[in-house]
Amino acid sequence: MSRDKRITHDEAIATLTSGMTIGIGGWGSRRKPMSLVRALLRSDLTGLTIVSYGGPDVGLLAAAGKIRKLVYGFVSLDSIPLEPHFRAARQQGTIAECVEYDEGMLQWALYAGALRLPFLPTRAGLGSGVVEVNPSLRTVRSPYTDGEELLAVPAIRLDAAFVHLNRSDQSGNAQFLGPDLYFDDLFLNACEPGRRFVSCERVVSTDQLLVEGTFHTLRVNRSMVDGVIEAPNGAHFTNCQPDYERDEAFQKEYATSATDVDRWAVFHERFLAGDEAAYQAAVAEWRAAK
Amino acid sequence: MTKLADIVVIAAAEAFRGDGEIFASGMGTIPMLGARLARSTFEPDLMVSDGEAFYIANELPIGGTDKLVEGWIPFRTVFDTLWGGRRHVMMGASQIDARGNTNIANIGPWSKPKTQLLGVRGGPGNTINHATSFWIPKHSPAAFTAAVDMVSGIGYDRAEALGPWVKAHHDLRRVITNLAVLDFECSERRMRLRSVHPGVTVADVVAATGFELVIPDDVTASRAPSEAELAALGRLDPTGLRLREVPEPL
Repeated sequence: MSRDKRITHDEAIATLTSGMTIGIGGWGSRRKPMSLVRALLRSDLTGLTIVSYGGPDVGLLAAAGKIRKLVYGFVSLDSIPLEPHFRAARQQGTIAECVEYDEGMLQWALYAGALRLPFLPTRAGLGSGVVEVNPSLRTVRSPYTDGEELLAVPAIRLDAAFVHLNRSDQSGNAQFLGPDLYFDDLFLNACEPGRRFVSCERVVSTDQLLVEGTFHTLRVNRSMVDGVIEAPNGAHFTNCQPDYERDEAFQKEYATSATDVDRWAVFHERFLAGDEAAYQAAVAEWRAAK
Repeated sequence: MTKLADIVVIAAAEAFRGDGEIFASGMGTIPMLGARLARSTFEPDLMVSDGEAFYIANELPIGGTDKLVEGWIPFRTVFDTLWGGRRHVMMGASQIDARGNTNIANIGPWSKPKTQLLGVRGGPGNTINHATSFWIPKHSPAAFTAAVDMVSGIGYDRAEALGPWVKAHHDLRRVITNLAVLDFECSERRMRLRSVHPGVTVADVVAATGFELVIPDDVTASRAPSEAELAALGRLDPTGLRLREVPEPL
């Protein structure tokens, strides 16, 4: 029997310190580890570097003033193209340092980190505004006869990684049952061991892992994971297919609230002032009242 | 009288003519309809997706869920496909210049934008790796500008400066608007007026463009759909989403 790595949200957050680099899995408003993000919001951690294909994770952390540096391929709510908190943070200049990459460049940065390489070469980004707004980026010349000059995307190593998957056993053998793993495995593999956290809809026994999906869905194994957090509805209000779709009505409520300081204060008090159980209860109450 | 929305969708479909067995990727209603219409009619080898993670083999209406899946294309495979060059994307652009540099990222300085838009997203990788076309629903001097505020997709001047591989593979095809179809099919690789939509004059397009266009002697009219294409459009967009995105001009 493998080691039981089950912990609580707050135990995971307690391993972090201010100023750390945290990678957040998922994509836009899809299968985001929102319960871990909400736990991070409740902490007194500050000055974080956040690495994400961003959605409401980035928006919430930016609105709470947690982010000193943001590394992103984009920040969007998908069905609502512009993330309102991110938009406000960019327009008001409240994030001290922004690193905007082409989507594929960010994959390459995480993959280089996962493989312990200093960089990986690509053409994506060359000639674009990305190299102008990231003046520390360097190119590398092919050592072969073509001699082509390529962009050297520097590796990202993470101090902590959060991903949310459908199922996991207690040791961190975890499973995605939806249409896309996104880059969750790369976030885990680019992270220093010790703070690689998988939240999941349900913890199951190892012998149940192949009941709901084929072996192809077992893309995260326990050597990639330090802590398992059972978090039913933990990706809410982003989607977590096939367990649930995005809560579009709630996302709309979030986005509308985020455009106004007073409305945001009301939203925050109602949904984000308490712990995860209080959040889920408040959402249920909101839905019942609609 | 042919609807403007139908003219525009035909123009979008025409952008994919001759592409063969590659991923025809449309961002938004009009580009997606264009790709699916081309596949349903004159370009049957094209591959189209549901916009999520699957290639679909059947004639799927926009927003439809009754999918015949013929392949799996999660984002990682999208990147592999586009870096491998087997893709033609049609995407939006908030700004475009005469050489085809585009901006979907932000208006005003990047360091502190006046308006934060989408960010560069996949624009840099798309434009340097494979064919890219653009759908710009409102043709205006603000959108067709002398210089874009942030280059999210590279134009011909920047591609030419990056050496022989990029010059050989960089490929901006069509720019489709509510007024006209434009391309870069001239020796100087500058934006050229290809056709004007019914009821639009060359002077209208010139007035709505913030830089000098290449204007050939024989600017044709954008073509109307055939009966078969209209029937396919009826199946692909039964609720008329295209008419909501492209209303008839007043």
